[in-house]
Parts: sequence; C-alpha cells; structure tokens
Amino acid sequence: MNLALRDVRHNLFRFVLTCLGLGLLMTVVLAMMGIYNGLVADALNIVKAPQADIWVVEAQTQGPFAEASAIPGATRDAVARLHGVAQAGSLTYQTVEAPFRDRTLRLYVIGYERGRPGGPQQIAQGRGLEAGHFELVADIKTGLVPGDTLVLGRKRFTVVGLVRDTMNSGGDPAVYITLADAQVLQTQLAPPAARVQAARGATAPAGPTVAAVIARLDPNVDPQTVAQTVRQWKHLSALTQAEQEDILVRSVVDKARKQIGLFLGILLTVSAVVIALIIYTMTMEKLKQIATLKLIGAPDRTIVGLIVQQSLALGVAGLGLGLVLILLVKDVFPRRVLLEPVNVVALTGIILVVCVLASGLGVRAALRVDPATALGS
Amino acid sequence: MADDRRRVLVEVQGVAKHYGTGDARVDALRNADLKVHAGEVVALLGPSGSGKTTLLNIIGCIIDPSEGRVSLDGERVFDNRWLRHDLRRLRLDKIGFIFQAHNLLPFLNATDNVALVLQLAGKSREQAQARAHELLEYLEVGHRARAMPALLSGGEAQRVAIARALANSPRIILADEPTAALDSTRAGIVIDLLRRLAAEQDACIIAVTHDDKILDRFDRRFFLRDGRLVPNSADAG
Ligand SMILES: Nc1ncnc2c1ncn2[C@@H]1O[C@H](COP(=O)(O)OP(=O)(O)O)[C@@H](O)[C@H]1O
Ligand SMILES: [Mg+2]
Repeated sequence: MNLALRDVRHNLFRFVLTCLGLGLLMTVVLAMMGIYNGLVADALNIVKAPQADIWVVEAQTQGPFAEASAIPGATRDAVARLHGVAQAGSLTYQTVEAPFRDRTLRLYVIGYERGRPGGPQQIAQGRGLEAGHFELVADIKTGLVPGDTLVLGRKRFTVVGLVRDTMNSGGDPAVYITLADAQVLQTQLAPPAARVQAARGATAPAGPTVAAVIARLDPNVDPQTVAQTVRQWKHLSALTQAEQEDILVRSVVDKARKQIGLFLGILLTVSAVVIALIIYTMTMEKLKQIATLKLIGAPDRTIVGLIVQQSLALGVAGLGLGLVLILLVKDVFPRRVLLEPVNVVALTGIILVVCVLASGLGVRAALRVDPATALGS
Repeated sequence: MADDRRRVLVEVQGVAKHYGTGDARVDALRNADLKVHAGEVVALLGPSGSGKTTLLNIIGCIIDPSEGRVSLDGERVFDNRWLRHDLRRLRLDKIGFIFQAHNLLPFLNATDNVALVLQLAGKSREQAQARAHELLEYLEVGHRARAMPALLSGGEAQRVAIARALANSPRIILADEPTAALDSTRAGIVIDLLRRLAAEQDACIIAVTHDDKILDRFDRRFFLRDGRLVPNSADAG
C-alpha cells in the first residue's frame, strides 16, 4: 500500500490548501517568466514585422528603435535601385497621445507606404488600409474596434482593421497609417520653434523625412554586401536584420530584461525556501509516526518513499495548479505574457530538484529519529 | 511453572544499561538475568522509574544495552559490544510490540494498520488483507475493520494494536502496560487473550503491568527495583 497517498488522503484538506498556496506562488513565477518573454518578443516583433533584410538609417545612429533617425524621403528610390534589392519601403515611427472618448491613448504610430514593405502583417479583424488618407489599422490592445474614429494631430482617422502583438518596447500599442499621413502628423506635432523656422523657410529640410528605409533582397544576395554599399553613402548607415534585432535586445530591452530576470531569480529562491520549509515541516510533524514505522520494522526505503513521494506530489500539484491559473489569467495582463514550453519544462525541473533537496532535509531528520521516541505517551 | 525442557525464546544475561556519564550517570538497569520459554506469560512489575521499559526495549531491540548478552529465539543479537545490525528486520519477523499508547498510524484504517506489517514482511496485498481481517475477527474488532484509528474507542484501538503485534506470528510478544488504558475487566480479557495466543502460537509474552487485579493471570512475575531484577519469591524454583 502507498503510505504517501494514504497520508495525503487522510489530511486531504490541508494538502489541498498547501497545494493551493504553492500553486499561487507558481502562478506568480510563471507570470514573471511570461512577462519576461513577452517583453523580448514584443520588442522584437516590431522589428520582425516588416520582414526586412536591411534597415537603412541615419548615419552614426542605431535607429530607428534605439535612437532617433531621420533620413531624406528620397532615400527609398536610391535603395530600391541597388543591385540585389527586390523591394524597399519608407517607414516612420512616432509616439503620440490621442484623446479617445474619456481616455488618452498612448500610441506608437507607424507610417508606411501602401504596397511596399513595412505594413501590418496579419489583419486579425477588419481590413488593411485601402484609402490614401485618414484610415488606420490598430493593435487590438488599444481597445479600438473597426468603425471607431479618433483624432491624430488635426485630422480624424477611422479604424478599419486590427492587428495583434504589435507595440514598441515601452508597451505602447501600434497603429499603422499611410506614410503621407504620418509625415503630416510629424510636422503638426513638431515643436513650435521648429515649425516657425520651417514656416520662414530658414533651414527648410530637403522635403519630408522618414525614420528608416527597409529593403527586402533577392534570394541569395548577402545582406552584408548590400549594407556595405549603403554605408559608403553620405549621411546614411545600414543595419542587417540580425544587427537590428541584436541592438534592440541589447540597448532597449536589456535593462528591463535584467530587472525582471533578477526579480524572477528572487522569486524562484523564495519558492525554493517555501517548498523546503513546507516539506520539512510536513516531515517533522510525522516524526512520531515515522518512529512507529521503524518500531514495527519498516525499512528506510519505506520511510524515504513516504517523504519523497509526498514532496514530489506537492511540487507537481502546485506547479500544475500554477500552470492552469496562469493560462486562465494571462490575457488579463496589460502586456503580453508569453509562456514557452521550454519555460514550463525548466520550471518543472527546478521544482523537482527543489522538492528532492527539500525532502533530503526531511529524510535526514526522519532517518535519525530514534524508534524509541514512538513509545513516549 | 517454567518448564526448562521447552525452548528458550528470550535469554538475557548480565544486561546493564546506563544513561549519561559522571555525576549525570543513571543506572537504569543493572546485571539483569532473565529466561523466558515458549508458551510462557510473564509479568514485569516495579515502581515507576525502576527500569521496566528499559528492559523491555532492550529485549525488543529498540535500545541497545551497555553490557551483557541478549539472545532471541536462539539467535545472539547483543554480545557485550557486538550488536546484530539489521534489528528492524528481526523486529518485523520475530517480535510483536504492544505499546502503552496504541501507536496506530492515523492515516491507515484498522485493517491496513495490520496489513502494513504483513506487506512489509513480504506478503501480497490480498494475503495481507485476508490475514488482517482474520486477526481482527479473532480479536473481536472485525466490525471496526474499516474505521480510522481516531474513531476507535481505547479498547478497540488496543485490540487493533494487538492484532498488528500478532500479524507476523511473532515468537516474542512484548507489551508495555497494555492494559493501562482499560478497566480491570477489559484488562483481564486482554491478558486472557494473550495467554491463549501464547499457547496457540507457542510464543512467549512479557508484559509490564501495574494492575494488581490481573497479576494471578501470569505464569511468572518479576520485580524490578532500582534497576535490579528479582524473581517473585512465589515463582522462584
Ligand atoms: N533516554 C534516557 N535518558 C536518560 N535516562 C533515562 C532514559 N530512559 C530512561 N531513563 C532513566 O532510566 C530509569 C528507568 O526508566 P524506565 O525504564 O523508563 O522505568 P519504568 O519503565 O520502570 O518506569 C529512570 O530513572 C529513567 O529516568
Ligand atoms: Mg515505563
């Protein structure tokens, strides 16, 4: 007969309560892992979405995500003419605040050229931009739905479609508008001084600027070769997709990632201590029964089995509960909670190791107990 | 009366036990000699602190003596400083212990408390359950077979504990104040039961008791005073 199971059944209420507590703790750990992944994935998503091979940005910057970048609008034509470039498109990025009903939405506005790379990838609801002006496609997390209208700058835009998981590294959800609209928005929102200067035509820039030009290459063309060509041009620099992702992870996401990573570490340590404590206490409460088992002749194997099996059951039940809970609540979080199977596997591994180590403490105490202690009344 | 032609099950020779050293030294048992034969029911008497439990625990291989020799069923388990190492297995096979507190496992029902020691000794689940039921019936607690220990009365729990002690048909049954929790009538019933078992299973029984009313039910009585064992004058010879 399985003593661990019998004991659990006998103290079922307490065991369930303990599992519940542990399960909640595991939920927090899993949430933290999910937030950590979500942060990285979201940040990379905005870079991956355009499916570019090359990013052409302002010279000496790591734009447009890590640093501001402004290049002449005409750059796109030059890039498109390069040998090996299949498609090129201009993009602008700006963060704006827009009143909507009784709230203020903080939006990451992406301007792109329809029919060229850089637009929304998969429309989750509604449609993509069809008119040249005043339509927008928004991330679902903005809370907007197709048919809503909102004012950006001085113009009223209509929401025509929704996308998912598109936001900047700060978590501001994205909206896509046409490049033409975005450039107008840029001048409308420019600082007054700059606007005055522009009106006087004093230092008028050579036409509207864009933040970056992305290029998709022909098959079998080496991105580095093309990037090298662009770098020789005045005022321009080029990054391959891999470099751009790397910059984003290192410069933009890194601090937040370390912060969450450290917190996750603390959380795991706390969980380990809590689990160890629960299992140790569980064993200490059973010392008299363990002494009785020894007295009636049970071998150490039986006693070790009782402790280890119970602690593993506790760990697995807690983890299972945590997993169910996080899957239930993960969409309530304002930012993406992304759980990879590898995280679950890793956490399972950690918890199992902790359980075994913790039961080691209990087992030590149990094996030391003198069978005679069972006789004291 | 002791019959020396019968098999000696318990032999204690010159056994002493002391706790602590120097000024704190307590001589719980001094130079004790005891021989108990198969079929005998023996009482250990004496005031509190006289060493009864100590002697019983030494015979039961729960504590090891400081000096002397102990043999159980013809097998040396302690010979001055030499101690047989797998005492737990020996306990499982040869010794049945009935404790003052019944010491039933709270998370197993009456049957499983008994079946556990049978399974530990290598019986299959079915065999163990069948024998456990049989024993509980025999001890007249068959109707409580599925009850958890917390729900048993003192007398019922003690019978289940006796059933457990008897499960592996041990040759040596040790009982530390088995009747302390019972009234005199019930105590008498328990001792009679133990007598019957000793006769049927050719086992010996050593019981610590305080209860004067049941003393005449024992074959022999030993008194302990300050750790010294003296046979009752009436039994000597
Ligand atoms: N573990 C121990 N450590 C120190 N002294 C002990 C221990 N166990 C028993 N004693 C002492 O040994 C003596 C005999 O105890 P015990 O055998 O329990 O007596 P009884 O069962 O006759 O009441 C007592 O003086 C008791 O205090
Ligand atoms: Mg005692």
